[in-house]
Amino acid sequence: MTVDPFTLLAILGMAVVTYLTRISGLFLMSRVTLPRRLATALDAVPAAVLMAVITPAALATGPAETLAAGVAAIAALRLPMLAVVALGVTAAALFRAMLG
Amino acid sequence: MALFSDAFMTVSPKFPAAPADEFRDGMITIVPMIIAALPIGLIFGALSAQKGLSPLEVFLMSAGVFAGGAQFVALEIWTHPAPWLTLTVSALLVNLRHVLMSASLAPKVARGFRPWQRALGFFVLTDEIWALAEQRAATRVLTPAWYAGMVIPFYLNWVIAATAGAITGTVLGDTTRFGLDFAFPALFIALIMSFWKGPRTGAVLAASALAATGTYLTLGGAWYVIAGALAGVLVAYVTATETDETGAPGQ
Repeated sequence: MTVDPFTLLAILGMAVVTYLTRISGLFLMSRVTLPRRLATALDAVPAAVLMAVITPAALATGPAETLAAGVAAIAALRLPMLAVVALGVTAAALFRAMLG
Repeated sequence: MALFSDAFMTVSPKFPAAPADEFRDGMITIVPMIIAALPIGLIFGALSAQKGLSPLEVFLMSAGVFAGGAQFVALEIWTHPAPWLTLTVSALLVNLRHVLMSASLAPKVARGFRPWQRALGFFVLTDEIWALAEQRAATRVLTPAWYAGMVIPFYLNWVIAATAGAITGTVLGDTTRFGLDFAFPALFIALIMSFWKGPRTGAVLAASALAATGTYLTLGGAWYVIAGALAGVLVAYVTATETDETGAPGQ
């Protein structure tokens, strides 16, 4: 049961910024309307961040991982999240075994 | 405004029931979300343990940050010692969408909630909680009792599942053997696809992937997250038109 000081600092930083985003609306209320263009750009933030996050693991590791990412993306069109995770994991294991 | 029109336009009861009934109602509402979040919490804890986080650290993060998406992102870019500034910035980026959610829900709790109830209630404003609260607010008055009934089990579920996953996680052994290390990317791909709104989303993803790959292969570190995010958002801004109907987060 240890807590690393840098880990604690990271957790505190994450907690503070997350709480700020969540209570910000209480001060903005909905008096401020964002320009549509800016709102659209803000809407794209989660997808853009998540895509960037998986890049090393999904696109810059090897063909097996890239293929497994493709399988997961297609599965995600129809299946619930847990099924997508199960399929992605299985595909990664299979492609790694096949491609070495 | 919405309150008045709802009173005349829906047949649902407008006035809140007794607090105990409201609380129970909230608990019933959250059941499906709890079932969905339980295994995700266990996976989060287990993978945190793989990354070298102690159960206590997993507990602190889950209880203090309480944001599944941001926590998974943090784990993916986690190294030792923790790059705390990059982790904080990426948590901010991942959670920026909460600004819009919070702004849209704020007027609906302006009267029924005391200030401390608002401050505490919005601490746990995840995507799921926000969506269910908006759904409820469309036909009924939001009460602190209903909100608490929904949020308390959901919060405890996530914190306990993640911590339990961290305690039992190390028994998983070498995750690459069964492709388990790919659970993260697969989970994110599922999340990414849920944000899909057409070809313009494709352009955003392509820009993000290109910038992230380039940065990852040249600069290294965790800069690829910020580079990809900026490239994606820039493309979204450029391809957006003034007639877009979007603005509020979709439901």
